[in-house]
Amino acid sequence: MKKIWNGITKENAIFVLLLGLCPALAVTTTFEKSYVMGLCVLVVLLGSNFIISLIKKIVPDLVKIPVFILIIGTFVTAIEIVLKNELPGLYDVLSIYLPLITVNCIIFGRALEVASKESVKNSILDAIGTGLGFTMALMIIGLVRELFGNNSITILSNDGLAKIFGQNLVIENVLPAFTPINIMVKPAGAFLALALLLAFINFMKSRRKKNVSN
Amino acid sequence: MSLINIFIVGFLTENIVLTKFLGLCSFLGTSNKRKNSFFMGTSVVFVTVISSIFSYLIYKYILVPFDATYLRTLMFILIIACLVKLVELFIKKVNSTLYENLGIYLPLITTNCAVLGTVLVGINSNYNLIEILVYSFASSLGYLVVIYTLSTIRERLDNGAIPKSFKDYPIALIVATIMAILFSRFG
Repeated sequence: MKKIWNGITKENAIFVLLLGLCPALAVTTTFEKSYVMGLCVLVVLLGSNFIISLIKKIVPDLVKIPVFILIIGTFVTAIEIVLKNELPGLYDVLSIYLPLITVNCIIFGRALEVASKESVKNSILDAIGTGLGFTMALMIIGLVRELFGNNSITILSNDGLAKIFGQNLVIENVLPAFTPINIMVKPAGAFLALALLLAFINFMKSRRKKNVSN
Repeated sequence: MSLINIFIVGFLTENIVLTKFLGLCSFLGTSNKRKNSFFMGTSVVFVTVISSIFSYLIYKYILVPFDATYLRTLMFILIIACLVKLVELFIKKVNSTLYENLGIYLPLITTNCAVLGTVLVGINSNYNLIEILVYSFASSLGYLVVIYTLSTIRERLDNGAIPKSFKDYPIALIVATIMAILFSRFG
């Protein structure tokens, strides 16, 4: 339990380690895309950590990196095929960022640091923690960007998950009488949103430290 | 689309770092020094151009005829990993001082999203061989220029008076924001 909690808070992939930023910035223009991307990463991470921790003893050091990348790539390809057949709308929207999960630093980092060293159980727990932390970070960024950039929250959109759940769920005009700041859903807004969130976290941390020392 | 057009799109209007967010991990995580980012950038240019050509040939003449395009991600990453290893061995043999400078960055390039990203965008856009050559060169050159510029600014910012909460990563991201706004104006 402690391991999972650590992955979400103290060792959060995005907000603390700053790894795996490409999808965090690229697909977070709506809330729905953010959590779908987060869940994809969670599934890949779980699968790759499990397999790698199983075979860690029989892989020679020399070919470690190519072998790990191929294992991760296999899971990514599987997800790609599933999404392409089940949710073609989302598949098109996520475009190159889906295959790019293969080279996501957070998955690779976890494979090298945890899965190739620790037991199967620990690797799975670590994958769940890190994956959940990643998903939550993406959800927060996506929420901030969509709320301020478009004044809406998309939970189930028509070309996305609405196909599975049977109805769409988009909350519009969340903040009454608020003019959306267009730049937040543009590429520049992604950098800005992450910068402000990081600064906010730093600010809260230093305040808490001050309180403790007083 | 003319070749010059492709060059400008890859280099400026759809800059790989500022509009597609690729290669950021390497920038924020490892190379905050000017010299490091220059070496990293040049090796990325080199690997990207060669791996795009190989990926294109393998995609067009092996994967498409056999109807196995779903294997492209695996195939491309394999090509990139092998090429990086080859380049590493080659440089080690030919020029040992260059190897000492580049050596630590070369393994990192395999997992640099800018390389795989450029290859994927090139293949997705249905470019032919010459176009893919120009596109991959332009896009990786865009990576080099942006990463180098950002690291130069960051070196200066280290000594500046910055609010405590914005130190390090947040301020680097704010700089990236301003650059992204500037680059979006080219379009």
